Amino acid sequence: MTTQAQDTIVRSEVVVEAPIERAFRAFTHKFDQIKPREHNLLAVEIAESVFEPRVGGRVYDRGVDGSECQWARVLAYEPPDRIVFSWDISPQWQIEADAANTSEVEVRFIAETPTRTRVELEHRHLDHHGAGWEGVREGVRGDQGWPLYLERFAGIVVEER
Amino acid sequence: MADGWAALADPTRRTIFELVAARPRAVGELAELLPVTRPAVSQHLKLLKTAALVLDRAEGTRRIYQANPDGLRELRRELDRFWNQALANFKEIVEQPEEDP
Repeated sequence: MTTQAQDTIVRSEVVVEAPIERAFRAFTHKFDQIKPREHNLLAVEIAESVFEPRVGGRVYDRGVDGSECQWARVLAYEPPDRIVFSWDISPQWQIEADAANTSEVEVRFIAETPTRTRVELEHRHLDHHGAGWEGVREGVRGDQGWPLYLERFAGIVVEER
Repeated sequence: MADGWAALADPTRRTIFELVAARPRAVGELAELLPVTRPAVSQHLKLLKTAALVLDRAEGTRRIYQANPDGLRELRRELDRFWNQALANFKEIVEQPEEDP
């Protein structure tokens, strides 16, 4: 057995009793109430999470002291069907500045009936967080280029077979 | 500290994890490579083990540590929890009667 693409993807879905347009709008415009609050990269409590509804928009948390933490970029915005945004958070829950080391989240909205919508979420390319591992593999060189055990794990699983 | 994300937030633990991911190593060997004491290394390894990131086995009188291939599963579980909670929140909100005109 080798590592499957599956290992680098997390999926989740939900069916809601709402028309597709309303579901799409709620996801983007009420994102503040959707994102689990306990995940916070700011030093202070989150006052608000903002999803800017356009390609190139930012997704960020604003702390009660006014500080901000941008943790995603909107890559696709296609109402009422689809949104894609980056996940600029490293495996140790810190902001990843290098876009090459980020994963992405796609959210698809599918109308099952005029009043019912299925929402499929796919968080993929988790292995991208592993880029940079090669450079630090041999030495103990501290924090530069973290790592990426995701890629490393893939290697280990393959080697063991 | 049961989750891998938090366990790897500490720079020393991350380095230890990288070292045992490169190849299995004993506690003493890790202590020689790092500017921390042997008991400190043991403590870090204990946390990594709790987070399911490393496995250990006895080899004579030594204990050998290696990366746990199932650790990735644990980390994925964290994201699973995050998105399942987000979608549950979403369902609750979108199914509320519309309050704005």
